[in-house]
Order: sequence, then C-alpha cells, then structure tokens
Amino acid sequence: MSRSTMPKEISSSTQPPLLKGSAALSEQRSARWRPGLAAEGAEVRHSEVFASGHEASGTAAALALALDQWRGEETRRKSDPLAEHDDQRAILWVQDRAAIKANGRPYRPGLPEELRHRIIHVVTEKPEDALFALEEGVRCRDLIFVIGEIAGNPRALDFTASRRLSLAAERHGVPLWLVRFDAGHDLSSARMRWDVRSAPSPAPQWNAAAPGAPSLHAELFRARTHPPGQWILRDDGHSLTAIRPQIATRNRTITADNDEHSEPQDLSAYSVDLARPTVGRSLAAL
Amino acid sequence: MTSIQSLKTSRRILSIWLARLSVDRWRLSNAQNPDQAKRGEGADALPTALITETAHGPRIESANDAGIEAGARKGMMLADVRTLCPAIQVAPSDPAGDIDALEKITIWAQRWGPWSAMDPPDGVLVDVTSVAHLFGGEKRLLADAQALFDKRGLAARFAIAPTAGAAWALSHYGPPRAILSPDDDVVTRLSQLPVAALRLDDDVMTVLHRLGLKRLSDLTGIEGDGKGRDAIMRRFRNRRSPAANPLVRMDQLLGKVPEPLLPVIPLHMPLVQRRLMEPIRHRELLDQVVGDLAQDMARELEGQGKGARRLELGMWRVDGEVVVRALEMAAATRDAAHICRLFSSKLNEIDAGFGIETVRLRASWAEPLAMGQDDIEAAAQSHGTSLAACIDRLNVRLGAGAVSRPVAFASHIPERAQRWQLPLEPEPVLQGGFQGELALHHRPLKILDRSERITVLYATPDGYPRSFRWRGHVHDVMRVEGPERIAPEWWREKSTIRLRDYYRIEDGEGRRYWIYRHGLIDDNRGGPPDWYLQGLCA
Repeated sequence: MSRSTMPKEISSSTQPPLLKGSAALSEQRSARWRPGLAAEGAEVRHSEVFASGHEASGTAAALALALDQWRGEETRRKSDPLAEHDDQRAILWVQDRAAIKANGRPYRPGLPEELRHRIIHVVTEKPEDALFALEEGVRCRDLIFVIGEIAGNPRALDFTASRRLSLAAERHGVPLWLVRFDAGHDLSSARMRWDVRSAPSPAPQWNAAAPGAPSLHAELFRARTHPPGQWILRDDGHSLTAIRPQIATRNRTITADNDEHSEPQDLSAYSVDLARPTVGRSLAAL
Repeated sequence: MTSIQSLKTSRRILSIWLARLSVDRWRLSNAQNPDQAKRGEGADALPTALITETAHGPRIESANDAGIEAGARKGMMLADVRTLCPAIQVAPSDPAGDIDALEKITIWAQRWGPWSAMDPPDGVLVDVTSVAHLFGGEKRLLADAQALFDKRGLAARFAIAPTAGAAWALSHYGPPRAILSPDDDVVTRLSQLPVAALRLDDDVMTVLHRLGLKRLSDLTGIEGDGKGRDAIMRRFRNRRSPAANPLVRMDQLLGKVPEPLLPVIPLHMPLVQRRLMEPIRHRELLDQVVGDLAQDMARELEGQGKGARRLELGMWRVDGEVVVRALEMAAATRDAAHICRLFSSKLNEIDAGFGIETVRLRASWAEPLAMGQDDIEAAAQSHGTSLAACIDRLNVRLGAGAVSRPVAFASHIPERAQRWQLPLEPEPVLQGGFQGELALHHRPLKILDRSERITVLYATPDGYPRSFRWRGHVHDVMRVEGPERIAPEWWREKSTIRLRDYYRIEDGEGRRYWIYRHGLIDDNRGGPPDWYLQGLCA
C-alpha cells in the first residue's frame, strides 16, 4: 500500500541519485503525475500530445501543460531574490502546412492572457522544415517553450529525429510540446506522451445551456517517471486542475494523485488502464 | 519688432554662392596640368558654352568668361549664340554632377561650422553661430573661406547674416564678403538690393517688375502701413510655396518666420572587399574569403558603433557577371560567425563560372548597436542562441515571411482582428481595449484560414443550430451560446456583405466550435443564409 507514495527526500531533490535499488526505482516511477510538479523541480523537456485534427483539444492540452510547467518555474523563480522578475521571453509556435489546413492558426484574442503577446509563429511547408524550426527553437535561450504542430506520421519524424529533439531540449532547458494531429503512436523518445480529446464541459454558473470551461480528457499513456493514468484537465486561467475521470463523472472535485486514501473501486478501474505497463521497459517501447 | 530684436543674439548664417560652379567644374576636369586649371588659360581662353539638349535644340546652360564677353547668356539657344560668335566652343552640361559636387562641397564647408545645408543649384549655407572667434572674427573667417575656395579654383561669393534669407541675398546681390552684424537694421541695410534677392520664381519676378517694384525698399515701403501688406497679400495668394510669395520671402529674410533647412550629414556605408590574386572556383575558398570579409565588416561596424541589418555580398566573376546575395537580419548584429553561417546556406547554388575575382561585402542598412555583444556561435553551445539569431536562421532556411507574430488590429470582423507582422517589430498601440480585451465574449483558440462551409439543421429563421455536418462527420449540438451578431464594416465593404450571427457550441463529445450563420433570410443580400465553421475552441 505504500508503493504509490513517493519518499519525501526524493520528491524534494531535483536530481535523483543515479544508482538505486530496484524497489526505490519502481517507487519513484510509480509516483502518479499531477499538475504543479514543475514547481517541485520535476520538469519535462519533451512531450507529445496526440489528438484529433478536427478539434482544438490537442493544442489546448499542450498549452495548458506548458503553462502549468511555466507557472511552476515562475514560483521557483520568485522565491529566488537574485532572479530577474519580469519574464519577457517569447514562445515559438511551429506549424506545418498540413497542420494549419486541418486545425487552423492560433487566434490571438482566444489565447491565454499571459501568452498573447509572446507568440512567434512559424509556418513551414514540409515536416522536415518544421523539425528544423523546432530544433532551432529549443536551442534558443530566449524562449519559454516551443510548441510544434505536425499532422500525421511524416517519414522525417522518426525515432532519431525525436531523440535529437529530446537531447537538444534537455541540453538547453527549453521545453518542447509537440502536438501530433491524427497520428499513430509511433516510436518516440518523448518523456511524456499524452492522448487527448475533448470532454463535456461543466455547466457554467449563469447560463446552463452554454458551453462551460474548456475540459479535456487526457490520458498519459507513456511516461518515463510516472505510471499511466487518465485525467480531466481544466485550466481556469491561474492553475491547472486534474480530476480523475471516474470521480469527475460522480461530480466530485478531489484532485486525487498519489493519494493512498483514494477509493478502492477507483483503483480497480485504474488497473484496467495498465494494459501497457511501461515500467522497466526500454525507451522505444510504445 | 520684438522678433527682430531677439535675432540680435541668435544665429549667424554663412551663405556661399558658387557663382560659376558648372563652368569651374568643366575647366577643372579638362585641365591637363595646374597651369591650365587657372581661369582664362588653356581651353578656358576660348569662348565656351555648356549646353543642354532640349526639344527645341541645344540651349545654353552656362558660359565661361570669354563666352559671356562674346554674348552667350544662360537660357539662350545655341543657334542664336552662334550668330553672335561663330567660333564658340560647346560642351555638354552635367547638372547631376554639379549637385554631386555641391554635396561634397557642403560637407567640406563644415570646416567653418558644425551644420551645413545645400542650397541648390549652386549655394551652400553654413551655421557659423558663435564659431567665428575660432577663426579670429567673421571677417577673418570670410577671408579664410575666400582663400580656400580660390585655391580650389572655384569662384565664390560670401556673406554672413542673422538669417539664411538675408545671407543669401547679400551673397548674391550684396558687396563682396558682406557681413550683416546683429546690431544693424536689416531693413535699411538690405533696402537697396533688387527684389531678385528674395529668391522668387520667374513669373513672380515678372509680376513684380510690371508692378514697378524693383528694390526691396519698394516692398518694405508699401509694407510700412498695414494697408500695403494687405494689398500684396491679395495679389499673391499662394501661401504654400515661399518662392511664389514675396511676403513670405520677406518675412524669412527678416527672421519673422522660420525657414527650415535640411542639413547634410555624411553617411559612410560600411564596405569591405577582397581582390583575389587567383580567381576562385571552389566553395571552401569562397567560405574562407567570406569569413575574412565578415571579420573585416565586424571590425568596421564596431568602429562605427553599429550593427548591420542588411548585408549584400557581391561576387565579381572573371567573365564580367556579378552575383549578388543579400541578407536581412531581424536585429542588428556584428557577429562574424553568425554572418558567415547565414550566408553559407545562400552560397550553395552559386555558379562560379571561370572563377570569382573580387568579393565585396556591403552593409546597406546599419543600426546603432551598443558594444559588447557576445559571440553567438561560441555561446550557442553552452547557453543557447539568442532570439534574434534564431529568427535569422529560420528566415534564411524557410524564406522571408515564414516567421511572424500575431498582433491585434482594431476591427470587429474576427479574421481581421488579428494581423501578422515581423517577429521583432514593436506591437502597434490600439486605442482603448479591443475585442481581444472584451472579457464578455469568448474567442476560439484557433481559427481556420478560410471559414469552412457546413450544413446545419436549425429552426428557421433564426433558431439555434441542432446538428451540423463538417468534414464528413455529423455533430449533434448539445450546448449553445449565442448569437453574437457581428455586422459588416460598412465603411470598408460593399453594401451587399451580409452580417454574421456567431454561436459557440459544444457537441455530444465535448468538442467546442465557433460557427456562424452568414446573413438573414430576408436581408435582400442573397439567398438563404449559409453556415460556416470558423474557429476551434479549446
């Protein structure tokens, strides 16, 4: 029962020790993902979000996750008296032609408030050029993060290319959020891989017939340090909340992560999700 | 008179009139040795006229002393002068060269004052306010200027006065080396000058002569009482062009109205080049040369405290062809390695032919750049590149226009409320908040480049949409908010453009879209309304 709890000293240290017992390793890996992990030092530099090209959920999820991570960095930076307080950095948003055709361009009035004035948009004709732009982006120290949108499974985006991106992003510390429209789960070295679709929104306070706050059904199907899981993500403009879908359907608002008091039927539903256990398998695993 | 009183301590303008500029240039450029450069010697001893070809035949532009003696005047037809003096020599005039020479003389004239302006076609104005003591007084200054112009073989007349107008009048029509001291009464000192000293157009001069107004005193005499000024004002109604209105010119001469003049500022375009001993035909050698040039350019720019925004690399081939590759950067830079890297992809498909013998790098657009920019390439390994370098690289590989940023634009039409501009340009300032800032309306996260036509089931004429088909899928509308009516911008578009009713909808699976109905049923602007899907909400 203590498998799912993460030991205190590991969660607080930014660099976990390399050599560990297999029990400790599996314990660390089994720490469930939750929003705000970046504030504790667990940042992800390369993630992939798979979504349908016929809805904006993939982009919204990438933005929400990136914002969540950035807010964590901000809180850490604010606590550092020597750090520069006003962040003026920009965001690089790379789209290839096919992605624009399927999913449109970012629309400034609809973007989150703190990102609107930071967008630098790149249009590329071919996926190869998009990969080049992404790599140039993650090597640029003046960017908060890089968003890429690529449609389908182009030949250029193979495991080597994705590994290149991962290494560059980790070396220079610029996170990359790659949205894959209508793509199969091919090989990739992304540290976290999400499957995202829209979820019915909660009824807003005033007009129950209107669409409510954007909600996303996100499934983390492969991650290096977390077991897979499903969440309903909502970004209210200040923070990201993640609710387990079973609980959400019962209209409870418990942000349940690593929570050993979570209910038994919840755990049983979760064990079904572990159809593809990734713990202990190679990077190239699906 | 207070304005004239205040002039007494204000400015001193030196006017230089190069009375014979074109003839002097012709003589100096023809001279084989210093002896012939003197006036009246060699070819200049014969009567000579500089002519311009016109539709009616050659016309005299100017003539040398012997030519004037023989009867040649500016504006005469050459045929007429030939009757007076059959032996007159002819040479083509060169107005562009004269202006060019005048520009150089204007910059040279800054030796007498920090500010100088061209006074085309043949004059220079220099501001010598509170600098005359460096030359030992204004008289000494004029003597110095006279000596230097004589040495250059240029005929010149000088005058110093509190206003540009007065200085011009005295240099053209006053005594040689006239000085109008601030204590003098300008009106009485200048009263005997002809009205031509006012720099007026020819037709205005004709009118003044017909009116019998020949000297400045005639004009100031009329102006003395208020009525006379009114009369002249009625006669010359053109207030816009000073050259057409003697009153404006008079006020400029007296310093009652300001006369703005554009100063000449010498600009040096950073340029470095290599002439090669052996024509090069291989890429590695070219890269080496470009690297050297970039180093030179960086040094040159650093000396001027500038960074290049646009660079042009010209390669002269042995067979006479010139290959030019241009580069434009998002921010000013003088980093040699960065420049080389940007050029390297542009040099791939250059055809060297039989070899390249000269390579020249020119910064045709440079901006001030503070010292101490880091070496971008070396820093890139450890700290990552800067944003400007990143954008430059993207631009070079993807082509101009691939990188842009969205900015808000004051328009109600959704696709027009966002524009794309260069990534590092400052954002335009919008008055007030615009629809981006309206908290009441939700806008979609993304919009399609072109709104896509959808078929919608809805209760006519203006009920909520029930279901729609888009890209082959049927979506049932579960929740809907709207309509938000957006009328066409009548000040911009034709009257047949239809209004739009926007609905924010959510379908059964939670997908949120932004759709609109284009028009109303009975708006007489087309058939039944169409539906379009424009945006994808988060």
